[in-house]
Amino acid sequence: MATREMIPAEPARLELEDVSTGYNGRSALSGVSFQAAHGSQVAIVGPNGAGKSTLFKVLVGLLPLRSGRILIHGRPLGQHKDCVAYVPQREEVDWRFPVTVADVVMMGRYNRQGWFGRPSAADRMAVARCLEQLGIANLAGRSIAELSGGQQQRVFLARALAQEPHILLLDEPFTGVDATTQEATLALLDALRDQGVTTLVSTHDLSLAAQRFDRVLLLNREMIAFGPPAEALSVENIRRAFGGRVLLVNGAVVVDDCCR
Amino acid sequence: MINWLLEPLSYGFMQRGLLASVMVGVVCAVIGSYVVLRGMAFLGDALAHAILPGVALAYLLGGNLTLGALVAAIVVALLIGLFSRQGAVREDTAIGILFAAALSLGVAMISSVRTFAVDLSHILFGNVLGVSASDLWLVGGLGAVVIMAVIVFYKPLLVISFDPVLAATLRWPAELFRNLLLVLLALTIVVSLQTVGVGLVAAMLVTPAATANLLAKRLPVMMALAALFGALSAVIGLYLSYYANIASGAAVVLVCTGFFLAAMLGAPGRGWLWRLVR
Repeated sequence: MATREMIPAEPARLELEDVSTGYNGRSALSGVSFQAAHGSQVAIVGPNGAGKSTLFKVLVGLLPLRSGRILIHGRPLGQHKDCVAYVPQREEVDWRFPVTVADVVMMGRYNRQGWFGRPSAADRMAVARCLEQLGIANLAGRSIAELSGGQQQRVFLARALAQEPHILLLDEPFTGVDATTQEATLALLDALRDQGVTTLVSTHDLSLAAQRFDRVLLLNREMIAFGPPAEALSVENIRRAFGGRVLLVNGAVVVDDCCR
Repeated sequence: MINWLLEPLSYGFMQRGLLASVMVGVVCAVIGSYVVLRGMAFLGDALAHAILPGVALAYLLGGNLTLGALVAAIVVALLIGLFSRQGAVREDTAIGILFAAALSLGVAMISSVRTFAVDLSHILFGNVLGVSASDLWLVGGLGAVVIMAVIVFYKPLLVISFDPVLAATLRWPAELFRNLLLVLLALTIVVSLQTVGVGLVAAMLVTPAATANLLAKRLPVMMALAALFGALSAVIGLYLSYYANIASGAAVVLVCTGFFLAAMLGAPGRGWLWRLVR
């Protein structure tokens, strides 16, 4: 893959300054500071329980900050109500809920409709376009209970796309999906970069993070490193993030992250 | 056959009872769809029992029993929301504590008054044939409020039930809508007391909605089907009660259960028979 052009540092789309958070008085994540420019793609890497999902919860406003601040376009989080979209891990969704694929994608337009508004013709067209882009237009009328894992993921990607976000958060989109869905996800990320959408993707796949992303954020309950993959994913940093689960085999780094 | 159907309707009390039961069946089924999807069955049952101290207090003070029930149900609903929101105790634990406390308080108050026994049995099991014209207006009015709220707040209630994280990213007040749902549930339970009573209201909330959930793949369809099952159960149950001379609330719930079993057996794609054939 060709090296990407340098992303202009200013104005940053997303800035975190010494962000810390926790649950019930216990710290879960601390000292996270980074800036992500327009259209940059950040892979968030770390062992299980490192705080990847916690960081996402902070970014969507589900979890309060204990310290630090988050700025989007230079303004504090929460002042732009429609600018962050989140694609949950598939286990977090109740797949037995009686909604169709088109219903779920239409939820991506709720920010434009408000509590009581009805879908406009533009909303319906946007939903159709997003379904088309993810290759699931033929599933529009299906119940979400009838979908395969990869199709489920593409439904939520289509919904995120329908939200027309400035910042897109994907929680483990490459875990347990088929190759088609993985390629569809990566293609979508590329298309969104061209539109200036900043994406944050949590993943266990270190080589994917190194090859396909502009920046890597390495976490283990605190920020270990942030930077271009070659810099952030140094052996030393990986060792700090993954601790004893790192092996060096003939100069290659092996991370055993299958067991908690 | 026609006579068989019309004969009960010649009595005013049967007409009113039938009308009240159908309205209760519909309102319970609609709000019950959220009860089933959000896993609030225990909460519904607990709320029904928790109205007892309100009724007892109203009785002791000589006030309106329905109003007492309404106040108690709303207070307990909001307390459960408050207890579990802090995250200090799990929601089902909070429900268990408040439900038992409220029920005990009610029993303690009632046990101090001997003459209460008759009225109490009406609260526990309902007295559908004792529905007065003013009761009918109350059921209709509160029921209409609940149904209107479910329609008007369709999108927020759908989002907080299906995907609370989306509610957070939209900056919609999920807590407010969760409390709204609890208050609507409290209203529904109070409306149902006259017909099915405290003991059986949970069944009216859960069973028609669970039946519809086996058959529908979209929420509005599920609510409509649930309302249909609720209303049909009310009518069939009341005729059963009239001719077989059994308690009306129990008859209605048993008919509901019959519909549910039929759906379990025959639901397209999901029923047991369907799986056998494949």
